[in-house]
Amino acid sequence: MNENSKTTRPPGASALSLRVSRAAYYQLGALLISLLFMALIVIFSGESPLRVVSSLWDGAFGTADQFARVLATLTPLLLCASGLIYTFTAGLYNLGVEGQIVVGAVATTWVLRALQNQVPAPLVIALGIIAGMAGGMLWGLLAGALNVYGKISEIFAGLGLNFVAQGLAIYLIFGPWKRPGVASMSGTEPFDESLWLGRIGQTEASPVALVIALVVLIITIVVMRNTYYGLRLKAVGQNPRAAFILGIPSTRLLLSSFAICGAFAGIAGALQVVALFHRLIPSISSSLGFLALLVVMLISFNALWILPMAFFFSGLNVGSLQLPMALRLESSLAGVIQGTLVLFALLARGLSERAGKIKRSQ
Amino acid sequence: MNVQLQHIYKNFGAVQANDDVSLSVESGAIHGLLGENGAGKSTLVKILSGFITRDRGEILLNGQPAGIKTPADAIRAGVGMLHQDPLDFPPMTVLDNFVSGRPGGLFINQRAASHEFKALTSQFNFELDVDEQVSNLTVGERQQLEIVRLLALGVQTLILDEPTTGISASQKSALFAALKKLAAQGKSVIFVSHKLDDVAELCHAVTVMRAGHVVGTATIPCPSARLVSMMFGRELAAPSKPQTCRDDVVLQVQHLALSDGRMDVRIDRLDVHCGEVIGLAGLEGSGQRLFLLACAGILRPAAGDVRLHAARNGLSSMAGKPYHDFLKAGVGYLPADRLREGLIWGLTIQDHVALRTPASSAFIDRDSTRQNAELAIQTFNIRGRTDTRAGQLSGGNQQRTQLALLPPALNLVLMEHPTRGLDIESTIWVWQQLIARCQAGTAILFASSDLDEIVQYSDRVIVFSGGKVSAPIDTTSLSAETLGEMIGGKF
Repeated sequence: MNENSKTTRPPGASALSLRVSRAAYYQLGALLISLLFMALIVIFSGESPLRVVSSLWDGAFGTADQFARVLATLTPLLLCASGLIYTFTAGLYNLGVEGQIVVGAVATTWVLRALQNQVPAPLVIALGIIAGMAGGMLWGLLAGALNVYGKISEIFAGLGLNFVAQGLAIYLIFGPWKRPGVASMSGTEPFDESLWLGRIGQTEASPVALVIALVVLIITIVVMRNTYYGLRLKAVGQNPRAAFILGIPSTRLLLSSFAICGAFAGIAGALQVVALFHRLIPSISSSLGFLALLVVMLISFNALWILPMAFFFSGLNVGSLQLPMALRLESSLAGVIQGTLVLFALLARGLSERAGKIKRSQ
Repeated sequence: MNVQLQHIYKNFGAVQANDDVSLSVESGAIHGLLGENGAGKSTLVKILSGFITRDRGEILLNGQPAGIKTPADAIRAGVGMLHQDPLDFPPMTVLDNFVSGRPGGLFINQRAASHEFKALTSQFNFELDVDEQVSNLTVGERQQLEIVRLLALGVQTLILDEPTTGISASQKSALFAALKKLAAQGKSVIFVSHKLDDVAELCHAVTVMRAGHVVGTATIPCPSARLVSMMFGRELAAPSKPQTCRDDVVLQVQHLALSDGRMDVRIDRLDVHCGEVIGLAGLEGSGQRLFLLACAGILRPAAGDVRLHAARNGLSSMAGKPYHDFLKAGVGYLPADRLREGLIWGLTIQDHVALRTPASSAFIDRDSTRQNAELAIQTFNIRGRTDTRAGQLSGGNQQRTQLALLPPALNLVLMEHPTRGLDIESTIWVWQQLIARCQAGTAILFASSDLDEIVQYSDRVIVFSGGKVSAPIDTTSLSAETLGEMIGGKF
């Protein structure tokens, strides 16, 4: 067979453009269907979809305080989503991201408690954030070691470690770190205001925290697009066997992706303590790790889209808080919207790949 | 049961796997199906057993047309197949496997099933424990389990695909006795093999296939020379490789024992010289791949040692060393399964070039990798662009990409089917490149199912047959007959 004389143009050219456009059509279709689906849900619960949209908008951007709250939600979301880009690229579902946030927050709280009033406040905050990063990284590495050396699915390892981390936080809050007099779900004793990361006015938004998150995001984009590390991670994620034969150290890469994701989630946990809650609370992660998983799945693991999508999800989360008061709808509607979007997006991707396979096999 | 396959056609893309194949097996007969790799024997028996649907042609069972479309259809019609790799459920017990696939109600009658199982196994002198987990069984025992399972389902025609590879001598004689007993009961057996001795010992008649056609049918006994000439019936190409061998040894194998759980391969001693090409002949899955993997440092030998020539200090043992050290010692491995082991589906040619380039900084130099990728595309005549993904390349172009990715200076190149999927001109061109490497001192070990390629480009040939390994033979002293007999297990 002389295949070279048979094809007159590069086989890649037409196939590539076809693939992209098909995927795009499916994604667009998924968006439309999920909007329709959500509109139906709203109509069934006796409301007008348009009023829900405007209420969500008001809830998120109506006042400076609310907008600041969107930014405060955006910060951990950006950090965790950036971290998850590494593990997803390596082909791993790091559901342990929640626990990594919690351990980061615990480590930060520990450093703040130990060093407060002993060294200058800015140094305490800096050391606290570094400790949070280290704590999250260790927790991530633990999940990684269980996965790489213990051959445990990273999904189960992560979920198990989430419980352990949550248990640790609750033990500390009700045990050794309890408030003088009374232990309560509201957390440890708040830190002195000198240990709070600077805020915009009296709002919840901290510019320093947001800048840290944006820097992490930019680093992630650069690493994924321009470095050997990012390329090798892609290779290992897509085909570990071929990557091994090409001489890529897959074990080290897998562990490092867990460590990086854990470190970023740990920073998120640290910032929840120093910039938002100013103490350790049982729900310190506010489930933002899981939300970040949804964000990254929705954008097909493409780091460039993290910022807009995370911003959109933060807006939904904050905007939905006033739904019960404004429209007598459950605020969990935001979760329904987010889940619906992701489900339909994943469905569209699956169908698009299947259509591609059928087309190729014909 | 009387089986007739009439004018069966099947193609996979451009490959005509079965081209007007007819086969007839009487009830009570053991019928051998012989042929080289890719001759179409597996396709034919998979069509009969419903694993592959035919494009055209008719299957008659006892003279009646049988509309076999799925394995379940085939079993209902009385046709069962024993696959080369047993299709069973290793984590389950023997008894659970025995009753699986059975039509039936909601509940399993364990006691009756166990009773039936014991009756069948004792009839054939198989020694199997009903409560044993299948993962603890040998390949031979798993075959026995599969045979009794199919018989319990009422199979009247049993197909066996290369059943004697990886089983012990006593299991083989038990298997043959069982098959003869089945034939005596009036069942028909189709025995797919490439081992001339096995066919001679067991079969009543044999059909030889080559390149999708039936070449001929013979009754046993039949001189093996005649079967060999039917299987490989042609003159081999003339050796055409220039002399590039040097005296120094680059790879030394000592008392090597390899195993993948199914097959044991033993090689006592082999010295490969700089500039030498050694062809590994034999049907696919006869142990060549294990040997190449061990030389590449990917498969740990069960015993023995692979010694490689290191820069200054002569040969040094690689026992226990990681794959990375083999790469550093200048070993390059080219796997046969390009998209599973060689290339990464979603990455572009340029990405692959970058992955192979030793990184001088953390950042990828886009311009220079693009230039390198373009150079590779030009020199290796790859139909694709720098941003074409590996999965979008055709098979031949994937092979060219793999070859282009091999580092320039290597001591030892290990290849499986280096020119599969390439046209003749490209094959010649690829070998020119490889021989140029040999002139620079690189040694090459390659497995191929194309005997012409082996004879044309090798200095010496090693023949693999079901894990047995021949001593190296000079290509000049080879003939098609000796090679054919050795591939058939006679040496």
